[in-house]
Amino acid sequence: MDKQVIALKGLTKKYGTFTAVNELDLTINKGEIFGLLGPNGAGKTTTILMMMGLTEPSAGTAHVCGVNSTKNPLAVKKVVGYMPDNVGFYDNMTALENLMYIGELNGIPRSEVQKDAKAVMEMVGLPEEAIHKKTAAYSRGMKQRLGLAEVLIKKPQVVILDEPTLGIDPSGVKEFLSLILRLSREKGLTVLLSSHHLHQVQQVCDRVGIFVNGELLIEGDIASLSSRLFTGKSFEVNVTFKNPIDLPWKHETELLQFPSIREISVEAHDAWISGSEDVTPDIVRFLVEKGYPIMGVQKKEYGLEDIYQKYFENTIKENIDQ
Amino acid sequence: MKGIINALDINASVRDEKQQNPFWILVRKEIAGHIRSWRFVILLVLVVLTFWGATAVAMNNIKDTVAKVKDLETLFLYLKILTTTEGTLPPFHVFLNFLGPLLGISLGFDAINSEQQNGTLTRIMAQPIYRDNLLLSKFVSSLLLVGTLLLSLSLLMIGGGMLITGVMIEIEELIRILCFIVLCTVYVGFWLGLSILLSIVFKQASTSALTAIGVWLFFTVFYQIVVNMVVTMLTSGSGELSQLQVMHLNEMILNFLRLAPSQLYADATTTLLMPSVRSLGPVTMEQMAGAIPSPLSIRDSLMIVWPQLTGLIAATLLCFAFSYYLFMRREIRT
Repeated sequence: MDKQVIALKGLTKKYGTFTAVNELDLTINKGEIFGLLGPNGAGKTTTILMMMGLTEPSAGTAHVCGVNSTKNPLAVKKVVGYMPDNVGFYDNMTALENLMYIGELNGIPRSEVQKDAKAVMEMVGLPEEAIHKKTAAYSRGMKQRLGLAEVLIKKPQVVILDEPTLGIDPSGVKEFLSLILRLSREKGLTVLLSSHHLHQVQQVCDRVGIFVNGELLIEGDIASLSSRLFTGKSFEVNVTFKNPIDLPWKHETELLQFPSIREISVEAHDAWISGSEDVTPDIVRFLVEKGYPIMGVQKKEYGLEDIYQKYFENTIKENIDQ
Repeated sequence: MKGIINALDINASVRDEKQQNPFWILVRKEIAGHIRSWRFVILLVLVVLTFWGATAVAMNNIKDTVAKVKDLETLFLYLKILTTTEGTLPPFHVFLNFLGPLLGISLGFDAINSEQQNGTLTRIMAQPIYRDNLLLSKFVSSLLLVGTLLLSLSLLMIGGGMLITGVMIEIEELIRILCFIVLCTVYVGFWLGLSILLSIVFKQASTSALTAIGVWLFFTVFYQIVVNMVVTMLTSGSGELSQLQVMHLNEMILNFLRLAPSQLYADATTTLLMPSVRSLGPVTMEQMAGAIPSPLSIRDSLMIVWPQLTGLIAATLLCFAFSYYLFMRREIRT
């Protein structure tokens, strides 16, 4: 029981007739990095705000560290560090002043707050000369780091990051995520991050949940998710030819004679063949015998992107039920 | 369970360190932000210039004014410095009648919506502070600033006056001037409360500023015209008016005018700064009969001012209560 840091039960939020979050049940354990994935407007931010006690749920409860967020938001805010999606600072103050202000609001005495602020800034990799700069001059990536520093200065047990990678360049994202991963492992922090950048999240998350239209469609670690989802198509091969294929493809019916091949789609130079068993050698042999100049053969692996895509495009729940 | 215990531990350790109340940290930051902003510098220059101008004019004419006073007991030199004019510049308290709203509006019109626009509101709200503390800190910090500004200006005036004229200030004058400062601060507080309310209602700072200025213009320019028009329309049909009816009509117009905060302020400051003002409404000959033409005591002046002061405070509280109501359940996301 005490391993559950975040426990949501039947959490629902309605704005008029529109249901932003519907009957959400979710538990996140101590030390875990959980990725909440979903398209824009899926209700990720609303869920996070309800966890922080910043928005009242229409029904259900949210417990963080055993405290009810709706009834006792102050106790929750003491132990949770939250970085909103478009993090902003007081532009007329320097980074250090911004950070010290937040530190003081969290009850760090004035005599120690400057030392603490400098320590966390070093931790997140903000250079010494940036400390006394006004935050108006900060780049997006630096602001993001400062946001993380501000989350850490209160020495939280849980860190909630809303779209932390939004608007940073690719190398910055990689660095930022590895920073989160390292901090989480070093300090035993529980991290919840929401995102729609899938492969980034894939790198760091222990567990992900896919969230569409206010409902958590599926949750689990990435390996188990892909095996559950793509049981029907256990393999898919992409064959690239030198010359474009004339449509309709005359050999398509012959290929479909193979017992394990179920589906073939052709487009210009490429053919995608999927089936229940891996028969790549047979396909290649067949195509070579027919005299096709093959440029490449690629076997497809299912990542988070595909899992996501599957839901994103269809948003059909039936897939899970199968 | 562990979570609860941890939370309690943190609470306990915070209490041990005798840390500052978060409210005063908020206030300190707000004041620092105001003082460093260009906006405040401009307002400061404006207020200081008008004060200096009004006082300088009064100082030039003080000799004539003092010469007219027959009884030295009722001299009130420092009140005279505040109220004397030669006609070119209005006295300071009249200036403040329209500078006050400007001060209040410009200090408060972007209190909440700019924080929301910049994305700082969510961040601050995610810290362990009560939501109403933020609202209150915006209000208190600006009022503290205005109060300090007016107090130091008046003290400067008193000190300068002593150096130039060599006349000691009387206790009664001092009390009257302090009451005047409190009144001015409350008056600015009303406009501040209104503009903070508008900053919650409107998402754009410019919209809330324009609306606040619109309300101010309405009260200073159009309200009088509207009241006069309505009252004359109501009475035009009844033909000749008796003296009693005219009195009654005047009273009614005045009461309607007193719904405007600037009228309340004007009434109250005149009474406070000019002890010879005995009544704010028309006075009949019967009432005047037997009255000794001497200045009112401070207690009597305060009695006359009291309804005006409570009216202003009530209006301020109303604005604040309404903003509190709106802000507490407000979605804070951008």
